[in-house]
Order: sequence, then structure tokens, then C-alpha cells
Amino acid sequence: MATLEIRDLHVSVEADNSTKEILKGVDLTVKQGETHAIMGPNGSGKSTLAYSIAGHPKYTITSGTVTLDGEDVLEMSVDERARAGMFLAMQYPVEVPGVSVSNFLRTSATAIRGEAPKLRTWVKEVKTAMETLQMDPAFAERNVNEGFSGGEKKRHEILQLELLKPKIAILDETDSGLDVDALRQVSEGVNRVHASGEVGTLLITHYTRILRYIKPDFVHVFAKGKIVASGGPELADELEAEGYEKYTKGGVTA
Amino acid sequence: MAEAQNIPVGSTTAGTIAVAAESTVATRMSAPPSFDVADFPVPHGREEEWRFTPLERLRGLHDGTAEAGGVLTVEVTAPEGVTVETVDRSDARIGRAGTPVDRVAAQAYSSFEKASVVSVPKEAVLTEPIRIAVHGEGGTAYGHQVVELGAFAEAVVVIDHTGDAVLAANVDFVLGDGAKLTVVSVQDWDDTAVHVSQHNALVGRDASFKSVVVTFGGDLVRLSPLVQYAGTGGEAELFGLYFTDAGQHQEHRLLVDHNTPHCKSNVAYKGALQGDGAHAVWIGDVLIQAAAEGTDTYELNRNLVLTDGARVDSVPNLEIETGEIVGAGHASATGRFDDEQLFYLMSRGIRAEEARRLVVRGFFAELVQQIGLPDVEERLLAKIDAELEASV
Repeated sequence: MATLEIRDLHVSVEADNSTKEILKGVDLTVKQGETHAIMGPNGSGKSTLAYSIAGHPKYTITSGTVTLDGEDVLEMSVDERARAGMFLAMQYPVEVPGVSVSNFLRTSATAIRGEAPKLRTWVKEVKTAMETLQMDPAFAERNVNEGFSGGEKKRHEILQLELLKPKIAILDETDSGLDVDALRQVSEGVNRVHASGEVGTLLITHYTRILRYIKPDFVHVFAKGKIVASGGPELADELEAEGYEKYTKGGVTA
Repeated sequence: MAEAQNIPVGSTTAGTIAVAAESTVATRMSAPPSFDVADFPVPHGREEEWRFTPLERLRGLHDGTAEAGGVLTVEVTAPEGVTVETVDRSDARIGRAGTPVDRVAAQAYSSFEKASVVSVPKEAVLTEPIRIAVHGEGGTAYGHQVVELGAFAEAVVVIDHTGDAVLAANVDFVLGDGAKLTVVSVQDWDDTAVHVSQHNALVGRDASFKSVVVTFGGDLVRLSPLVQYAGTGGEAELFGLYFTDAGQHQEHRLLVDHNTPHCKSNVAYKGALQGDGAHAVWIGDVLIQAAAEGTDTYELNRNLVLTDGARVDSVPNLEIETGEIVGAGHASATGRFDDEQLFYLMSRGIRAEEARRLVVRGFFAELVQQIGLPDVEERLLAKIDAELEASV
């Protein structure tokens, strides 16, 4: 069973000629089949955690470890991490001019699976996945994320999640900016992937709204660069009722 | 009616876009078109038609100091039925397709000694392309090339430029009524070459002219395709593809002169740039004269900046003297392939070099497919891959 282990992770960024530490010792273990929700206020470092694990060059790991089944993730290049089974659904997916969705999906599936998928089954696979997410087939011929609405971008991320079948999926605020219909469709996609039992999910969110559709096994509260509380789904209910205030006020996290 | 679309590139790219202000094709020229170099003042670099060109890299082509004496071979391979001649300056077939629009073109016209004339007789439909191999072994040369098609003739001409040269030339394409001509001009020069050339097309009644300009090489390449129509119903399609590397200056200046009613033109140029000092210039002038009712024209320029340090100047310009037209429009945009795009693709398991190839191939694919010549298309895609590999 695939396990992602994050131990005492410290991460900083360069900003205005100074170094700012954003993650201040994160510990977390995500196993295949589990769903973890990481909840926290804006600026607490949630997205930094997601991007650091994926290997974004902007972030510098100053100490700590991230391993996937014992393999050192931090030693891997961005593409190696993906091929090892990591997936990051981004909050702001990037536009890529000149590359059609269909070409992109096939190229990444080829990279992840180690061989080009057989054309006939592949076409059917993509078509079915798009239908389930209620995406227009014409979508496949558009350039990646170019001119996509917020909802289309997120659906496209979940489409990739379904096709690439990672071991560990990190969903960075996939719910933000979605209307209720899109939120439901996206959540159904995440639940389908979860139902396979093959994926460990790290769901990063600001709002409790998505947890009406996706039921986490574990809920973690993230504040000031680290996890400050962990519990079961009941923790999300508490956050919905009381907000983050208790965790962001000085003293508690110190 | 005209639509301008400009997406400025990221601030770190040093890319810029300028849309022409209130001025006309005629007012922007230093002098009216002329065959005589003496009619053009020596440019100092601030003239509209020279302001993007590094004059110091023209090796004297612009100021009369470049003396011919280089070694340049022009080899024409043509299928049966095609006449290939080398003629004197006095030959009446020279200079019919268009008049030099700048000093270097006029210098070339004033300085060439022999011209090459390729004639396809009327109604001849060639199944094999005519190949013109221009190869330089260094030094300055002035050239003139004529390709003429009789009425209803059909031909494909592939012009290859290789080696090293400082070349100024004019190339005339004369299409008889109903003729169809496709010209592929590939600038695959060594990185030291300087090539300044005007391509004149005179499109006959109901004739179709398709030009595919492909520029990869050279230190400085500046091409000026000019299209004029000799009768109604003419069509011109002008496609261009350039891959500008570090230190290269590649400039394409198009002028489509709709001087005749009911003609069409479609221009699409795309370029990728990478490396320090890579500079691409695209000027798209379309002139719809008062007499040219029923004109249908569109022009497009797209640039993809792959690295920091590259610069694009793209200036589409549409000048309309009659409202009685079918359509007229233009679009220009420059985008950049940046670290975030690279990260996004790599985060899906795609290797860095594959990601770059994906983006550039995708960018050019639509244009390449319009060429309609499979062997040329394959060669181009292979060349694009090679350019990309050389870059990293």
C-alpha cells in the first residue's frame, strides 16, 4: 500500500530579497485509500505544502523529508514525482498555448503509464471520463486551459486525476470558485477515484462546503505553517460552526 | 471591421507589441518604389522601414559599400517541359512582378549581372516540384530570379537557401490567368549569413498564389513579400514560419496591395523565439485601394517566446480605401512559454524537453498542415525538433 510520509517539513520562499519561512515543521502521513482534508485560513501555507510536494521551483525545502513508499520525493524532478504516482490538482491551472487537451492528456498518460495507451481504448476512455464529468467533447480540441472558465479548469484537473490514476492526489482548493453544480460534479469525480481504493487523497480547502460532498477520513487544521489539530470528520463540523479563530489567535500554535 | 488583438507578453520577456498609428503604407516608405538605388536615401536607422533592422549587420548592403565578389551558386532542377535560362539584365521578363520598395532591394536590382528565368508553359501541370538550390560559399552577391507560369499552368517551386552569404536579391513570380503556383522558400543559412530579399508576386486573373516562407538560419534575414493582382478573382495565401535563435534577427515584411476588385488574400505567420538577443520582426501591411471592391483579406501573426531575452516586434496594418469589401481583419499576439507552463506539464509526468517540443509543435502544427505538401511538412517538423534540441 502506497504511503506518503511528510516529516518535519520546513519550506521557505524568496521574496523581496529576503527569505521567508512558510512551512514550519509539517508532519503528515497519507495512505492509499484514505482521504485527508487540510483546512485552514488564507495565508496559512496550505498551497505551499501542495506545491512543495509537487516540486515547484519557487519553494526551497530547508529541512525535513517527504517520502513515497520510502523513496525520497524531494530528490526527484517534477516529472519524476508525477511518474512515481504523485498528482497535484492545481488551484490555478496554467494555460498552455498551442497544446490541445487531447494531445496533452495522451502525452501525460503515455509518460505516467510508461507506454502509449492503445488508441482505440484510449479514445473511449477519455470520452467516457469526459461524459461523466459532463464536459463537452469539443473541449478536447481546445488548448490546455486557454479561455476555460473556472469550472472548466477544475473539471479538466479532475479529468486528469481520473485518467492518470495516481497513488497520492493532492487537490489544492479544487472547490474554490465553483458553483454548486460544478462542485458536485468535481466532488463526484474525486469520490469515484477514492472508491477505487487505489488513491490517497489530500484535500486542501478553505471552506467546509466541499465536505458535504466528499467525506474525509481525517481532518487537519493548518495554521501558521503547520498542522495544529487533527481529528475525524467531526473536526470539520466544529470548524464550520466556530471558524478558524481559535487556531489563528496567538498562543495556541506556539 | 478591422480587429486588433494584442496580448502583451510577461514583463520579464522584454517582448513588445506595437500597433501602427495613423500613417499609411505610402507615408511610411522613405521613397516611392523604384528600380534605381539612387532614388533611395542611405538609411540611418530611424526610418519606419528600417527602425527594427540592425543596419550595422547588413554588411554594407544598405549604403553601397558591399561589393559583389562572393561565391553563390544557383542550381535549378526542373521537370521536363520547364524552361530554365540564364539571361542578361536587359531581358524583358525581369522586373515585371513588382518594384523594389526599399534601398537594399533597389541595390540588388541595380547590381545583379545575370538573372535566372524559369518558365512553365501555359496549361502545363507539373507533378514534380521545381527545385532551386541557392548555396553560398561566403562573400557578397546580388541576385535576381524569375519564375513565370503561363495561363492555367500549375507548379510547386521549392527554393532552398544554405551556406554562408551576404545576399541581396529580388525574386519575381508572374502568374498567368488561372495559374496555380506554390512557392516554398526555406532560409536554412549558416548562422553567419545575411539575406535581404524582396519576393514579388503578380497574380493573374483567377490565379492562385501560395507562398510558404520558412526561416531558420542566418545572422540577419529580412524578407519582403509583395503581392499585387493583375486581374480579378486572384487569390494569395502567404504562410510563414520562423524559429529565431539567440543572436538572430529575422524580419518578415509583407505588403499585399489589393489594387484590383474581387481578390482574396490570407496571411498567417508564426514564429518561435529562444535565447538572448533573438529578434523577430513581422510587418503585415494590407492595402485595399479604392478600386478594389469585393476584397476579402485577413492577416495573422503569432509568436511564441520560449525563453527570456528574446524580442518580438509585430505590426499589423490594414489600410482601407473602400467600404465595399467582403471582409478585412488582422490579429497579432505574442505569448510566452514560461516556467509555470513547464511546471504544469512536468507535474503530469512529461519530461522538460518533451514539454517544450509539445508546445512548439502544437503551436506550429496548424500552420504546417496548411502547406499541403507532405514532404515539406515532414521536413519542417523535423527541423523544428532539431532547433529545439540544439537549444538546450
